[in-house]
Amino acid sequence: MKILVGLKHVPDTETKVKVADDGVSLVEAGIKFVMSPYDEYAVEEALKLKEAAGEGEVLLVCAGPESATATLRQGLAMGADRAVLIQDPRFDRADGLVRASALASVATQESPDLVLLGKQGVGTDESQTVPMLGELLDLPHVSAVGTLEIVDGRFTAHREIEGAVEVMEGSLPAILGCEKGLNEPRYASLKGIMQAKKKTIDVRSAADAGIEDGALGEGKMVVWEKLDLPAPRSGARILEGEIDDQVVELVRCLREEEKVI
Amino acid sequence: MASPEPTDFLDVRSLFTEEERQVQDTVARFVDEKAIPVFPDAFDRHHFPKELIPEIAGMGLLGCNLSGYDCAGLNHVSYGLVCQELERADSGLRSFVSVQGSLCMFPIHTYGTEEQKQRWLPGMAAGEIIGCFGLTEPDGGSDPGAMKTRAVQDGGDWILNGAKMWITNGTIADVAVVWADTEDGVQGFLVEKGMAGYTSRDILKKYSLRASITSELFLDNVRVPDANRLPGVRGLAGPLSCLTQARYGISWGVIGAAIACFEEVREFTATRILFGRPLAATQTIQLRLADMCRRITTARLLSLQLGRLKDQGVMHHSQVSMAKWNNVRMALDVARDARDMLGAGGISIEFHSIRHMLNLESVITYEGTETVHQLVIGRELTGKAAF
Ligand SMILES: Cc1cc2nc3c(=O)[nH]c(=O)nc-3n(C[C@H](O)[C@H](O)[C@H](O)COP(=O)(O)OP(=O)(O)OC[C@H]3O[C@@H](n4cnc5c(N)ncnc54)[C@H](O)[C@@H]3O)c2cc1C
Ligand SMILES: Cc1cc2nc3c(=O)[nH]c(=O)nc-3n(C[C@H](O)[C@H](O)[C@H](O)COP(=O)(O)OP(=O)(O)OC[C@H]3O[C@@H](n4cnc5c(N)ncnc54)[C@H](O)[C@@H]3O)c2cc1C
Repeated sequence: MKILVGLKHVPDTETKVKVADDGVSLVEAGIKFVMSPYDEYAVEEALKLKEAAGEGEVLLVCAGPESATATLRQGLAMGADRAVLIQDPRFDRADGLVRASALASVATQESPDLVLLGKQGVGTDESQTVPMLGELLDLPHVSAVGTLEIVDGRFTAHREIEGAVEVMEGSLPAILGCEKGLNEPRYASLKGIMQAKKKTIDVRSAADAGIEDGALGEGKMVVWEKLDLPAPRSGARILEGEIDDQVVELVRCLREEEKVI
Repeated sequence: MASPEPTDFLDVRSLFTEEERQVQDTVARFVDEKAIPVFPDAFDRHHFPKELIPEIAGMGLLGCNLSGYDCAGLNHVSYGLVCQELERADSGLRSFVSVQGSLCMFPIHTYGTEEQKQRWLPGMAAGEIIGCFGLTEPDGGSDPGAMKTRAVQDGGDWILNGAKMWITNGTIADVAVVWADTEDGVQGFLVEKGMAGYTSRDILKKYSLRASITSELFLDNVRVPDANRLPGVRGLAGPLSCLTQARYGISWGVIGAAIACFEEVREFTATRILFGRPLAATQTIQLRLADMCRRITTARLLSLQLGRLKDQGVMHHSQVSMAKWNNVRMALDVARDARDMLGAGGISIEFHSIRHMLNLESVITYEGTETVHQLVIGRELTGKAAF
């Protein structure tokens, strides 16, 4: 089984971001970039499927800047076989359709049996790539998959929806977006890191992937106007005194000051 | 220009290769997610969290700078970074990895026969076989040449008698690398758990390295086959070369302990309001933080250069002495000062600094006391041994 896994190189959710002077990008110095956490479930699931089958190939694809090789190397160190980077620094602020098209070009060329992605890329959290890729390739697609079973060329995917679990079945090839809880992603091993050095990362331009320059530049469908950090939270107040007095004071605040009740 | 990173003020990380950074990040994540949460309690309960061994081994951390025999084959700078990350959690965790890799797997790898390597190393890399290193004796660790443990040949076997003290992992070890005096000088023997006359016992009630096992070993007419003798080395050069490996790792490791304390006290002083302003806004606190930062930074540079020398194969053991001395002293001073700046809370298990501080009291003693390392450098400078 050949499995293609799409990865996104994103700022670590732990880092404190700063908006750059241009107002639409982040100050990159001091930000740690990592593999988007949902993509880790995708890599793990692909490796598990390959290991269970005893054969197959796990191919990683990323549309991103040159520095995204670090994320691809991490996936290779976890155990993936090879990687493709469609390199252009502008992918980060492109629209979902451009990124999905880039992945689609590799999928068309490689004809995988299964495509696994994270259900969303943290940071912009658009959740668009899975459905768009499915539609571009005209293949079944399910996102937010929490449990997955693959038998005889068909998949059964469970996804949690409000108050219930949806069970989706379909044929392969398919595009599946992985949800937290699908598995526990492994740590890369040090041997894996050593072996990853010898694995190839095939670097292509956006043009190689059939993306017109305009789609990443002037003709973008989505234009980032401005980034703002959330307003700092104002200070909390700790009530003091006897508990009965505190309750009275709390109710008074909620009613008279905050006007929420 | 972006502001410098407080814990890496001169951006030493930019001097690492992509692979070295990847090793560090991978281990850092394991440490944050799996190790830091368990060590305060493990220390409190005087317990080594053995349950971490499979994952540590699975990541390839055991003997990671050795090659072949299922070892990862990393360079020495990467090994240093592994130690640094592990010791951010607890010196006991780094000690476990140091002993297994540098003190036990290294001598088998370097001085053992092919058969010994095949028999022991893959299992040790997998964490299925635990090792310990028996050099120190009750009567004075700084002078190993005066050891009393003896091995006498008896036909094809050796008979070992003596006692070893302060041995990390002693009671959980499946194999002990025991150094004993013979007619031909000191030699190393692989003493196996269950051999008649070989027993061990834990040293209880330590106030330091409580999350690490420290034991005594007793050898009472233990019969060891010659096949378990390490043939590749005679004399004190054998155990001392192992110590050089482990000390090298320690010199990196303690930087991690210092960083953990520094981070903790930076956060505390930034948010603690006294006399109407954060503690961090006072001159004395700033002087103390600046001093910590300076010392952590210089230790980083020292270890990196040491690592590059080691990777080029030109590192001298007295250079390791300088790094062990400088960096452990740095870490101990940082931990003690952090503890003080945390006020009363700093004596509680809620904070990490006191645990690191107590651990570092062992680290400054084991693998050559601070004084011994100073005297090693003194001997190098003057040509005269003054021990
Ligand atoms: C937690 C822990 C784990 C350990 N694990 C191991 C292990 O796994 N294997 C192992 O073999 N050993 C181990 N050790 C032992 C350690 O290596 C020794 O404690 C160390 O070598 C010092 O020896 P000592 O304790 O006998 O102190 P001593 O050698 O008795 O030294 C006492 C003091 O005298 C000073 N001193 C010594 N000689 C001189 C001199 N000539 N001039 C001036 N001052 C001097 C020392 O600096 C020190 O301050 C461990 C120790 C600890 C605390
Ligand atoms: C075991 C124990 C028993 C105790 N028993 C009692 C008791 O019986 N009764 C009681 O009332 N208290 C008791 N205490 C509390 C003790 O007196 C306080 O811990 C002490 O006054 C320090 O206050 P703090 O812990 O809040 O530290 P902080 O005041 O927060 O100090 C933290 C650090 O900041 C430094 N610092 C503070 N102000 C400045 C400044 N302006 N400029 C520069 N640096 C500054 C301090 O020197 C310290 O290093 C006890 C404490 C302990 C540990």
